[in-house]
Amino acid sequence: MSRLSIPKTYKLYIGGKFPRSESGRSYEITGADGAFLANASLASRKDARDAVVAARAAVSGWAGATAYNRGQVLYRVAEVLEGRRAQFVEELRASEGLTAAEAARQVDETIDTWVWYAGWADKFVQVAGAGNPVAGPFFNLSVPEPTGVVAIVAPQGEGSLLGLVRVVAPALVAGNAVVVVADERHPLSAISLAEVLATSDVPGGVVNVLTGSPAEIVPWLASHADVNALDLTGAGELEWVDLEIAAAETLKRVLRPEPGVPAATLDRILAFTETKTVWHTKSLI
Amino acid sequence: MTMQTTSLAPAERAVRVLGGDLTERSLRQYLEGLSGVDAVGLEQRAAGLATRSIKTSSKAWALDRIIELIDLTTLEGADTPGKVRSLVAKALTPDASDPSTPRVAAVCVYGDMVPYAVEALGSAHGDPDDGLVSVAAVATAFPSGRASLAVKLADTRDAVAAGADEIDMVIDRGAFLSGRHGKVFEEIVAVKEACRRDDGSYASLKVILETGELNTYDNVRRASWLSILAGGDFIKTSTGKVSPAATLPVTLLMLEVVRDWHRLTGEYVGVKPAGGIRASKDAVRYLVTVAETVGEQWLQPHLFRFGASSLLNDVLLQRQKLRTGRYSGPDYVTID
Repeated sequence: MSRLSIPKTYKLYIGGKFPRSESGRSYEITGADGAFLANASLASRKDARDAVVAARAAVSGWAGATAYNRGQVLYRVAEVLEGRRAQFVEELRASEGLTAAEAARQVDETIDTWVWYAGWADKFVQVAGAGNPVAGPFFNLSVPEPTGVVAIVAPQGEGSLLGLVRVVAPALVAGNAVVVVADERHPLSAISLAEVLATSDVPGGVVNVLTGSPAEIVPWLASHADVNALDLTGAGELEWVDLEIAAAETLKRVLRPEPGVPAATLDRILAFTETKTVWHTKSLI
Repeated sequence: MTMQTTSLAPAERAVRVLGGDLTERSLRQYLEGLSGVDAVGLEQRAAGLATRSIKTSSKAWALDRIIELIDLTTLEGADTPGKVRSLVAKALTPDASDPSTPRVAAVCVYGDMVPYAVEALGSAHGDPDDGLVSVAAVATAFPSGRASLAVKLADTRDAVAAGADEIDMVIDRGAFLSGRHGKVFEEIVAVKEACRRDDGSYASLKVILETGELNTYDNVRRASWLSILAGGDFIKTSTGKVSPAATLPVTLLMLEVVRDWHRLTGEYVGVKPAGGIRASKDAVRYLVTVAETVGEQWLQPHLFRFGASSLLNDVLLQRQKLRTGRYSGPDYVTID
């Protein structure tokens, strides 16, 4: 007897929970061959606002955790991801039309990216910070601190899983909280990644995943006064100059669009940090 | 029983409604004769009112009106004159980036902070109906109310003498719950008398029922009637120190009592939900409830107030969103 397939209705990931879109809207996701894959939530500006509120609430805990602890938590994400390897391979094959080998390669690279960035958590400060020489009996120390809430447009197109992780992981390393707008046409791996994050040790609200139209949501994030930085990596197809102008209104840090999947670099970690410099007397008796 | 025939202080309203021989017994009979509250119906009605969607120009109107109805409150053991002065500054200029923002109705402080509030307000001190800001003081051993009547009255007189326009008193919940309605009644009458100024006018009296400690809706209804009969100008839900504080069903119930009192006597009594109202969305629901229960004429500072502190910032964020078209954040309002 044949069995009816049960397509999954994918939801958003906001504040550690999986709500439907506040607007009640959803859209169809089709595979590379045009076949129906699943329904995903079509996030509205209010979902974006809720995500920012959740991210803001999560910043102090995540930024306040020790660097070592953040590294452990990020490493744990890689572990859970490894455990669900087959699911990610399957989803990449269905949505991007990859061969089994290509999909497996992308998942492997993704896991390696998490591990690579996790390692940086308690090391990047040594590289980017400094003990500055000053003409006086003072220690003068510069240390990078997290910027706060970072809104990210994930790369759109090929490499939906790897591209997402290449933009989300570096922002997390320093202690930022993230609101990410997933690949519009291939959001499956983003939602599955959210399930991985929810079942690892990442506190709720540290990563928030919105699915839907970046053209609709991102302008609201770009102009949002409670967002501290904007990563436009996947916004090449949007009117990104307008987004940059909107972001300038509230003095956000902005990373400009980049084609394809960005490389894993230390620079991406440092892009969302602020340098704090403190003076401290050398002799306190 | 002797207690039941003790005659009570002749509060003018109670005498009118219950007749001249006002005794503990007649008061109890009246209060216990009130019909019970349909709890399920009340909560459904409140939930139904909470589903209204208020947008665009109605929302803009509602936000401004919410600000005009706020009793901006600081009731902390750690309050200082400096804290009160910054509260007053916020009351006068809620949003420095937008001078069109209305002022709040009043600042609400502990009795010993009244002189600092009055001084800081200066010429802006006065009736909120004239666009000025009044000073409300909590008195009568707030928040517990556990003190002798003499102490409570002295507390009240002090605050009035220092310039408080409004007194927020607490009822003796212990006495109320153990059925000594007469004691509660007598205290309210006595405190009302203590609100009298030298020139013969009275400071407005808000009676805090502390609904979170009254346990049942029936008790809330009885306590509301009791407070109104004893001469309260406002009935207020909570001190903000007990959870649950203000809820929509409880406020709806109190508004119904106020409506019934108006139908019975033609007099207007105010309602003040306090505690736990932090989001503009919640506050808008209260406005809807007021308008649908007692009518829009109740939406003015001498008949309806919000007791709140963090609510104001959320309203300001919403106002900034309406003005600029982009979402605002906590960096753009003061940290209180």
